[in-house]
Amino acid sequence: MPRNFLLVFAGCAVLALSLSGQEKHFRVGRAPSAEELRHWGITVLPDGAGLPQGSGTAIRGERVYRDQCAGCHGDNGEGHQPLGPRLKGGIGSLRSADPIQTIGSFWPYATTVWDYIYRAMPYTQPGTLSANDTYAVTAYLLYLNGIILRNEVMNRETLPKVKMPNREGFVPDPRPDVTAPVRH
Amino acid sequence: MRLQLSESDALGKGTVELRPSSSRISRFLSRRRFLAMGATLGALALPQAESEVPRELGTPLRAYGDPSPFEKIARYFKPGQYPASGGTATPLQDLYGIITPSALHFVFMRAGVPVIAPADHRLLIHGLVGQSLVFTMDDLKRMPFVSRVHFIECAGNSGAEHIGKPRDNPTRSHGLASCTEWTGVLLSTLLTEVGLKSEARWVLAEGADACRMARSLPIEKAMDDIIVAYGQNGEALRPEQGYPLRLVVPGWEGNTNVKWLRRLHVLDRPAMTREEAASYTDLLPDGKARQFTFVMEAKSVVTRPAGGHRLASPGFYEITGLAWSGRGRINQVEVSTDGGHAWRMAELQEPIHTKAFVRFRMPWTWDGSETTIASRCQDETGYWQPTREEIVAARGMQATDHYNGIKWWRIHANGELTHA
Repeated sequence: MPRNFLLVFAGCAVLALSLSGQEKHFRVGRAPSAEELRHWGITVLPDGAGLPQGSGTAIRGERVYRDQCAGCHGDNGEGHQPLGPRLKGGIGSLRSADPIQTIGSFWPYATTVWDYIYRAMPYTQPGTLSANDTYAVTAYLLYLNGIILRNEVMNRETLPKVKMPNREGFVPDPRPDVTAPVRH
Repeated sequence: MRLQLSESDALGKGTVELRPSSSRISRFLSRRRFLAMGATLGALALPQAESEVPRELGTPLRAYGDPSPFEKIARYFKPGQYPASGGTATPLQDLYGIITPSALHFVFMRAGVPVIAPADHRLLIHGLVGQSLVFTMDDLKRMPFVSRVHFIECAGNSGAEHIGKPRDNPTRSHGLASCTEWTGVLLSTLLTEVGLKSEARWVLAEGADACRMARSLPIEKAMDDIIVAYGQNGEALRPEQGYPLRLVVPGWEGNTNVKWLRRLHVLDRPAMTREEAASYTDLLPDGKARQFTFVMEAKSVVTRPAGGHRLASPGFYEITGLAWSGRGRINQVEVSTDGGHAWRMAELQEPIHTKAFVRFRMPWTWDGSETTIASRCQDETGYWQPTREEIVAARGMQATDHYNGIKWWRIHANGELTHA
């Protein structure tokens, strides 16, 4: 009798396990090929993980900028309102009544600049810049902001090491930050 | 109460007249006059009721219905500074209930609306997972789904109120918020299917739009209530809303609700894309900026009567509006009709969903004198919607995203409503 009871109990346990297994895994979807994983998209992290091969300097980047960027962002990154935002200057202005938020004064990571240009620029033809051109134009923008030298080579090793001026300028979200007075 | 709408009103401009329940009375009077006339003429005319019956066939049916031609409801549309950019705002004062019709959902567009055939669309989930997987739309529709009502609100909604340029009607002041019944697979279901590695802390979501918009989301939220949605108010997503697939991130700033979703990359840290590292951060007076400010806090607004309306005469008007919170359910809404001296509890229309619009209403009789009206709400965490002054004191004047202050409307003696 106790033996039968144990068998029934064990049977129930197996059934429960297989049912919960059914609820968790549906065996839907397929594994991507290595080729698909390479080309589906790019994720660039602040430490440089994900950056592709390639390199560029501000010298070459200036040419890329004049061809691809200056139409909207101005000849020297000064911006062209309302078409393209300003890309340089404002360093030290964040505490003032009229803060100027640019790549140079505000963005915390150089990898973010690379990723955004590669992802979304030029505005009307996103995704058309090569990795080399993206390194070059990123180098030019960093040079325009006085962050690197004109002949400094930017690549997957050097770009993540660039210390942006506002690297330590961010704090976590403390909200709720407005503790309203008791309403009654 | 009757709403009269002209073309310009549909664009959020102009004035809409609200009348106390008088139309029935005037119809009654005209019928009496008609009957009296009929009696004089020896009852030659048909009875009033029968004369109102149509004498010809109606219009044919349509396979896909449109609103009545008498309805001119539309979003406020502001073209952007660049091609294929711009925004549209939901005409909150013209809606009933809590659901925003799909065609009236707000949009903030950055690189145009991609045209994606669902048969060609794939979602890749990869990174710190046991097995990377590719899903077709058919795959996703085979999986267990949920249908849930949630609001989506742009981080910058009502930012003009913070700046001190208050808008004169609810579309312009609060219309970058909408509420929808979304259908799709819980992200937790998909992440369980691929299997998370123990180092998994963040998920980068990437869209298939021209700018490949991408945001990182914490794994706790991903495993909680995020929906990989393909349905909007009972049908497929509208193209502007991410057709055929998008994220719905309940209660969090609109930008995190990545549309045209093509890739989810499981990571051990955030990717620090432009939208999270630089944009969508809140700059404070000390020069520091808040980062990953996800939650849209409790907020409410009176939508009728509101700026852009005109009360035709003193009398009864039901006050109504919307309240919502990114932290859960709305607990209560209070309305003041005397500039904040007294607050009365409004009635909430059930069912009350979490992280969704709730419709409130309060009976009120206008005595014809000038006054100001507003609503304030409390969510289930006990948090009360603050005033503008309290927000400015806490954050200064630069961080205008995530503004949720109390909005006052002034009722002038002539019945017109404007920002107070």
